[in-house]
Amino acid sequence: MKRISPAQIGAIFFLAFSGINLSLAAETVRLIGSGASFPFPLYSAWFKNYSRTHKNVNIDYQAKGSGAGIQDFINRTVDFAASDAAMKPEEMARVPGGVQVLPMTAGEIVLAYNLPGNPKELKLPREVYPEIFLGKITKWNDPKLQSANPQIKLPDLPIAVVRRADSSGTTFVFTSHLSAISPAFKNGPGAGMTVNWPSSDKFVAAPKNDGVAATVKQTPGAIGYIEYAYAIGAKLNMASLQNKAGQFVPPGPEGGIATLANTQLPEDLIAWIFDPEGEKSYPITTFTWMLFYKQNGDPKKAETLRDVVEYCLTEGQKMSPKLGYIPLPQNVVEANRAAAKNIQ
Amino acid sequence: MKRFEQFSASDAISGPPSKADYWVDRSFRTVTHLCAWLILAIVIALLWQIGEKAIPAIRDYHLGFLTSAVWDANKDQFGILAEIWGTLYSSILGLIIGGFFGVVMAIFLTQDFLPPLLAAFFRTIVELLAAIPSVVYGLWGIFVVVPVLRPVANWLNETLGWIPLFSTTLSGPGLLPAALVLAIMILPTIAAVSQDALRLVPYRTKEAAYGLGTTRWEAILRVLLPTASAGIFGALVLGFGRALGETMAVAMLIGNSNQITLSLFSPANTLAALLALNFPEAGKVEVRALMYAALVLLLITLLVNMLGTALMHRTSKALGVKTR
Repeated sequence: MKRISPAQIGAIFFLAFSGINLSLAAETVRLIGSGASFPFPLYSAWFKNYSRTHKNVNIDYQAKGSGAGIQDFINRTVDFAASDAAMKPEEMARVPGGVQVLPMTAGEIVLAYNLPGNPKELKLPREVYPEIFLGKITKWNDPKLQSANPQIKLPDLPIAVVRRADSSGTTFVFTSHLSAISPAFKNGPGAGMTVNWPSSDKFVAAPKNDGVAATVKQTPGAIGYIEYAYAIGAKLNMASLQNKAGQFVPPGPEGGIATLANTQLPEDLIAWIFDPEGEKSYPITTFTWMLFYKQNGDPKKAETLRDVVEYCLTEGQKMSPKLGYIPLPQNVVEANRAAAKNIQ
Repeated sequence: MKRFEQFSASDAISGPPSKADYWVDRSFRTVTHLCAWLILAIVIALLWQIGEKAIPAIRDYHLGFLTSAVWDANKDQFGILAEIWGTLYSSILGLIIGGFFGVVMAIFLTQDFLPPLLAAFFRTIVELLAAIPSVVYGLWGIFVVVPVLRPVANWLNETLGWIPLFSTTLSGPGLLPAALVLAIMILPTIAAVSQDALRLVPYRTKEAAYGLGTTRWEAILRVLLPTASAGIFGALVLGFGRALGETMAVAMLIGNSNQITLSLFSPANTLAALLALNFPEAGKVEVRALMYAALVLLLITLLVNMLGTALMHRTSKALGVKTR
């Protein structure tokens, strides 16, 4: 049975409303996008607000997943796409005219947990949490965990690891981070949109970010990786992670901003931050990108796209913290603004 | 006499069929034939199209695909043994539970245990179960079934852990919650079709049984059930087919972990869940492997249905009941 995602429902409403608008304004520009679900809550808020102030523009974004978005983009069935994994050079080569990749926002991946008594501020040292996801630490009262958390009496409970069942950009970023800090993880499951997790009856998988959130919420002793915004939505406890500098940093805008401030953006605007420097940096922070055609073949459409990008970079960034995303630092905004001129 | 004249006057009742009658009759026959053949054509087209897309994977992985339990898209290693195991295990468990309750319910609702109005009310309620979307079942499983099962399961594991069925603890999603929800999902199908089968048993048969001095239960168990067995068997096969192919609720509840274990509380995986969860973002090679998996699921379903039909014929022959 096919599951209708909120994105699809949103798309249906968009279509319904666009029909009304068409009859009102003759020169309606309609933009279609698809891709990552990770930034979907933010993007849908952006596009809704933009359409409210620009009555003649309709933007329809479908959160199909990063891989599907890239496919649509290569097949030219959309006007823009979004991806957590940016775009590979060989994929870009398949788009005649060229691709402009812009980092539009950044998010954090958190380790959400569910423990009896609801203890807050669990601390997970750098060498410990990869071992949980390798299935080597299996009990909450493991000495390695207990010694890092003297303030909490950890229970004698098996750790239920909740992972994504579907292929996802979230998994890609998370496993890339684990591979960067743990050689054992790199040589074992490795990094990817889906990886071969250890075989254990304590590893369960749930579909999508909300599926993982629901499973963690319902399972005592569970730990799982999800996007920060979804963890906030489900009111889950999130662990503080030890960063490269040895500091424990809780997830949240502060740690994310610190991470981004420590990141140098290369020429192609694709920066991977798998193990950030800096005392205050939250370790698992990632950009997420929008993909545009350099040659749209329609000046009006290109102009609208540039205007939408400008809106997202200015007004849009103000909405980010409230929805659980990290506002882009000024240097990234400037770089984006300059690069957006390539959208023609 | 007058009446006869009336009849003979109207040629609607007797008289040779007109050209239009011939035409209607012939076109109707053609349409029914076409529809019947179309069904066969659709099945063949399905098999052919999926099979065609699966050919590269079949060539690459051969039968090893069916005996390996690793699914690693990064290393291009694919195997579906765990999924086949999980599909069959969860469906059979669901069938045992759902089948038992479905047939019992059908007996309860057709054999005058209840006043007719109340029976009709219950029937509607059971049929309503079929109208609930499977996502809702999945959510209900996560938020209700799993928390209720967890203490029971963990107690069973503590006290009877040496039995392979209870050898692990239940942390959250797992085989048993999935099977229970499957049982409830196939219950309306089984109950409805079994009711029809039981209602088709001629009243005289029941009367004759009573006439021979049987008690009510003897009549139900020894006469009614065997007489209706073909239909009930059909209901079970239908229910099993539904359980094999159920996707969303199972994907939400089974844990999607490639485990092959007898334990009821361990997470597992099914073919339908694998397909649903991996398709959207699968790369080229993985899509081929998924097509292979889809083909296997299709074949399993076909096989189960054919086996079911064959078994049905045999049992009804053994019982001396004529099947249609």
